[in-house]
Amino acid sequence: MNRRRFNKILLGSGISAALAPFNIVRAQSTKLKVGVLLPKSGLQGLIGQSCQKGADLAPVVIKDLLGVDIELMPADTESHVDTARTRAERLVQEGAHCLIGPFDSGAAAAIAQVAEQRGVPFVINIAAAPQITEQGYKFVFRNFPIASELVRNGLALIDDLFRATNTSPRTAVFMHVNDTFGEANAKAISAILPQLKLPFKLVETISYDPAAKDLTVEVAKAKATKADFLLLVSRLNDAIVLRREIVKQRWNLMGIISPGSPGMYENQFYRALGKLSDHCITNVPWHEPKAPLSKAVDEAFRKQNPKDQLRFHALNVGYTFEAILIVADAYKRAKSTDSKSLTEAIRQTEIKSRMMLGGPIKFNAKGQVEGNLSACIQNQGQKPVVVLPAAAAEAKPVFPWPQYKRA
Amino acid sequence: MSVDIVHLANVIVSGLLTGLVYGLMALGLSVIFGVARVVNFAHGEMMTIAMYAAVVLFADLQFDPFVAVLPIAAAFFVFGYLLQAAVIQPFVTRPEHSQFLLLLALAIIMTNALLIVFGPDARSVQLDYLLESIEFGPLLVDRGKLYAALVACAAAAALFVFFHFTLTGTAVRAAADNWLGAKTVGLNVKRIYAIAFGLGAACVAVAGCMMTLLVDLTPALGHGYTLLAFVIVIVGGLGSMNGALLGGMLIGASEALAGLFITPSAKSMFSFALLIVILLFRPQGLLGNRP
Repeated sequence: MNRRRFNKILLGSGISAALAPFNIVRAQSTKLKVGVLLPKSGLQGLIGQSCQKGADLAPVVIKDLLGVDIELMPADTESHVDTARTRAERLVQEGAHCLIGPFDSGAAAAIAQVAEQRGVPFVINIAAAPQITEQGYKFVFRNFPIASELVRNGLALIDDLFRATNTSPRTAVFMHVNDTFGEANAKAISAILPQLKLPFKLVETISYDPAAKDLTVEVAKAKATKADFLLLVSRLNDAIVLRREIVKQRWNLMGIISPGSPGMYENQFYRALGKLSDHCITNVPWHEPKAPLSKAVDEAFRKQNPKDQLRFHALNVGYTFEAILIVADAYKRAKSTDSKSLTEAIRQTEIKSRMMLGGPIKFNAKGQVEGNLSACIQNQGQKPVVVLPAAAAEAKPVFPWPQYKRA
Repeated sequence: MSVDIVHLANVIVSGLLTGLVYGLMALGLSVIFGVARVVNFAHGEMMTIAMYAAVVLFADLQFDPFVAVLPIAAAFFVFGYLLQAAVIQPFVTRPEHSQFLLLLALAIIMTNALLIVFGPDARSVQLDYLLESIEFGPLLVDRGKLYAALVACAAAAALFVFFHFTLTGTAVRAAADNWLGAKTVGLNVKRIYAIAFGLGAACVAVAGCMMTLLVDLTPALGHGYTLLAFVIVIVGGLGSMNGALLGGMLIGASEALAGLFITPSAKSMFSFALLIVILLFRPQGLLGNRP
């Protein structure tokens, strides 16, 4: 190293040091540390791992898109609310500039408290319980429909499905998991269903434990109602057990429709059930495959998961990616990792070009994005296929399912 | 809620069949406690290992769990024998809390070892006949559950024959009744304890193989089954073989009925309510002897 080069380095270091307190240089050079809280083990482990794929591809796609460097700080909530809380605390202590996650309403509520206490922005990827954004929190944001919106969109699509297939079932039995998410959905359905003029009525509501290993009694009870179809709010493992039990008990029903819950469009559902997974229907927020951002994410996904397909993880990957996109976009505008600046920038977010169906990502006063849309997804050929709305449809809906025997 | 009789009978039969497999699992716990006086807090975890063994044999060698049950039970007998002889025996005369901590530590090690080796993903045995049901008149019986319950009954019967019609079995019962007396007449009590633990482990292995036909498997499944086994043996009577089977059937049927008549979410709550009632009015369990 010669004298001139040494002097240049010294001068550069001096300027950097002098400007550091004002965050002028640091904002451009510091990586944004994003704490990613997901249930990668336990009851929701498979869904958490699916979400993680969205987080894993985010730094590459976002670097190309926004030029922002992101450092992911992954944490496993182990599908437990208390673990979610302690992991969130630890991430903040370890220097996370913001938190995203955690695919569960109970865990989201716990992390939200930590975020508020520690003044760290928290963007929820997936969790529908409305109360999380009803608390007046300043640091909590959600880019996912709340239960009532989810259910309203889902039920409206059921009506569209019946019209498209020229069917009019008269009765449904409603089964739902009894966790925070399931109860919020049940409450929303009982409030919204009477307002919509749908051709069917609920003859029975059956709640069950999402950790139940055996759903014999639950399905027997539902079968006894002789309902035309099953309206289901499930998680993943229970959806698999339940589908098997329907076959074992030879329950002759027109089909299973979920108004917006996980389970039946997840990769593991197809792997565990094979052909039995076909014709189950879920009305759920979904990605717009033709959107430029979807294509960029799809390409990154294929590079990182050559044996997998984005369509098996569309919701989980899409919303997890968008949560990281939101904080990266805010960081770019704020030019700082300071929590207050970052939070304020998140509040001002307006992302028009997005991956998921719906309007722009823009938070209301409560920190909630409104206008996320659902699509009617039906399992056909052991993969999720968009069947409604017609504009985005990849195939025609099949209802009732072929195994249904008319009385 | 109005329930027709066929529907009710279907639910009860299903509960009884599941209860028989639960009963076999609890029988293992009862045998171990009845003879060695060790409360096996790693019981559910041992069953989970047996379940993984069955799933691995099915996935890699296409062994049906009904075939895999024999080698797995034999391996578990040896495992149980060695575990008792090498690890647990020194704790037999120590205070109960030492035994508790030892077996709890073993349970935690087992769960985490399974997590490291197999990961958190749910696994299952997928056989076509597991989706079939058999019609008995108006009754519709799950084929997998029926076969599993029959194997559980056969295993319990084999254990009964062993205890009542073999010399070793008689020696084990003698040690269970009076270990000092057994020692006095020259029986090798340490070896008998190891045999009892081996038999308990073999029982739990058979129950585990059958359980793979009924439920999906994750590493964290164990502690729930340990708790369930305790509930069953306390209801049936700690140390009573018949009590364990009766307790299993009772818990299976009562959970099914509670799910049908009250709410499915209350199934487990009902088991614990039953446990409290038994503890209040018959603390020795339904078929247990008064201390």
